Amino acid sequence: MLYVLVLLPLLGALCAWIVPDNRMRPLVLPVIATVHICLTAILLGNAPPPSPGGWIWLDPLGKIVLLCISLLFAVCAFYAVGYLSYGRGRPNRVLCMGLLVCLSAMSMVTMTQHLGLLWVALETTTVSMAPLIYFNHNARSIEATWKYLLLCSVGIGLALLGLLFLAYSTYVAHHDATLLLGPLMFSARELNPAWLHAATIFLLVGYGTKMGLAPLHAWKPDAYGEAPGLVGALLAGGLVNCAFLAILRVYQICLASGTEIRFFQQALLGMGLISMAFAAVFMARQADFKRMLAYSSVEHVGILAIGLGLGKGALYGALFHLLNNGLTKGVLFLSSGNIHRSYSNKTTDVVKGALTRLPWSGGLFLAGFIAITGSPPFSPFISEFTIVSSAFIDGRYWVGGLFLLFLVIVFIGMALTVLPMVMGTPPTDLEPSDYKDRLLTVGPPLFMMTVILVLGIWPPEFLVELLKDGAAMLGVPS
Amino acid sequence: MNLFADQLLVLVMLINLVMLGTSRLVFSIRAVAVQGVILGILPGLINPFSFHLAFITAVIILAKGIIIPYLISDAVRKAHIRREVEPFIGYVPTLLLGAVFTALSFAFAEKLPLAPEHKDLLFVPASIATLLTGFLLLTTRRKAISQVIGYLVMENGIFVFGLLLSEAMPFMVEAGALLDLLVGIFVMGIVINHISREFSSLDTSRLQTLKEE
Repeated sequence: MLYVLVLLPLLGALCAWIVPDNRMRPLVLPVIATVHICLTAILLGNAPPPSPGGWIWLDPLGKIVLLCISLLFAVCAFYAVGYLSYGRGRPNRVLCMGLLVCLSAMSMVTMTQHLGLLWVALETTTVSMAPLIYFNHNARSIEATWKYLLLCSVGIGLALLGLLFLAYSTYVAHHDATLLLGPLMFSARELNPAWLHAATIFLLVGYGTKMGLAPLHAWKPDAYGEAPGLVGALLAGGLVNCAFLAILRVYQICLASGTEIRFFQQALLGMGLISMAFAAVFMARQADFKRMLAYSSVEHVGILAIGLGLGKGALYGALFHLLNNGLTKGVLFLSSGNIHRSYSNKTTDVVKGALTRLPWSGGLFLAGFIAITGSPPFSPFISEFTIVSSAFIDGRYWVGGLFLLFLVIVFIGMALTVLPMVMGTPPTDLEPSDYKDRLLTVGPPLFMMTVILVLGIWPPEFLVELLKDGAAMLGVPS
Repeated sequence: MNLFADQLLVLVMLINLVMLGTSRLVFSIRAVAVQGVILGILPGLINPFSFHLAFITAVIILAKGIIIPYLISDAVRKAHIRREVEPFIGYVPTLLLGAVFTALSFAFAEKLPLAPEHKDLLFVPASIATLLTGFLLLTTRRKAISQVIGYLVMENGIFVFGLLLSEAMPFMVEAGALLDLLVGIFVMGIVINHISREFSSLDTSRLQTLKEE
């Protein structure tokens, strides 16, 4: 059944290629997404045992990421139908195919236990997303695509070198190179420390680039700013989490080695804090609201890295935050896509009073902003609170203090952009647009916002168990 | 055989320097193709013969020596360009930097303990030197095509190291990596075409509308 998760979207991509009509084609997306999320729900309940070779196994960490991307993709798929029904003449074949191929590769990332296969799947997500960033076909989007493609490819290339170093460290240790997670963790203590150290550095830099941790985030504002809203949602909620899963795998190996983990945690803490600082600086006075969301994404990958770097109780928070960040970014990008289309502009000079012009999208954007900055009662509050309280419990006052400081700066910076944009009155000389709030462009993000609210007030039992299982895999005694 | 392998690795490093020094794109593409072919021959020299090995050799030569160079030169033809123009750092300084990096990579490789059967080989320094050359090309050249070539040189550097593991690693991963590389270059080729149509030039230093004010 696991293989269906990978093959089904590919089949869908084939269908999208065959269907000749631009209006019918997007309908493939929700059909595939619905089946995908149903299968995911079944698999979360009773995952099959590891495959005979040990290559494929949906472990708790994979389950958390799979849940996030499947949910996010389903929401984006329904939104896409509404979104693409405007501008009917626009060819959308590449968009539909790219989304489905990416879903297939992302599913692969979550279930593989072989680091090489994980790398291949991750690189596939990078390449399949490149044409989608170029969806608007103008000079700005080609520039963004070029930067994204080149930087992410270079980053992921470095990760490949890291993987080869890792494999060589097993070869030096017992003449049998392997990249399977189980055997690697089993023999981690015997691995050659020099090779392991080199491997860790390259893997962190490589996957860190893909994830967008500062100072390796240069591609992020451009790509997120120029991509259509729904592609931005998948980049910020899907690809980021896949890259984070890859970093979690490295973390598992470092943990098993016993010696390497100290360095890895400190590196993560450092990069996490730098990411939050960068975001705090660039978020202030950001006139382009999509770029602002990109910096918010840099901030939140920083939070994920800090959670991982702190270890212990913060791990639960980091895993929960992975889900919360993915879903909240989905709401923000989808509603910002609506606002962008309605105003045909994405700078705050023109976009004012979204609440009057697009009551639902404006409201959702505002709610998403409140959620992502960590205000109760939404779920990001809980995960961020878990991380920061764990920092103080462990006596890491500096980390906790800086974390809070950056959160406050980001909140102020983001509010200065978001509030005038949503409140106020729309400029009078603005042309009326036929892009209005409709069920299919508002319903999906509204549904996701409800999920975030429910997770914040009453997280379901199975999810808490799943997150605890995941944290246990990262060395937290349950 | 090891001696011959070492000589080929030295050749790989020399090609790096050649690429840093030339401004002619067609020449760079040919150099990268030659490097790819050498990469294909190498595993056969250090490992005993097997069908797996023969297959790897064939696939690497086909992909890195023929298909990818063809894709890039196709993009060059379509975009009507022949030369790199004024790189951000001149040819002679980059050449010198390349030489320094090569020396540094030897120093770095000293620190990493190799398995006994690979002790006398130059794989690690050659790999890191090639990787750094790729970085240099990526960062100092203006033309999108030169940057793709830089990316390719970097990938070659990674592959040089991967060859040490060609026997011990499962085939599927190599195939996947090569396929990804191929598709990546293909997509880059398409993007390059769009850049040249949009800006009527392939100068990536014109790609600078997106930045913070």
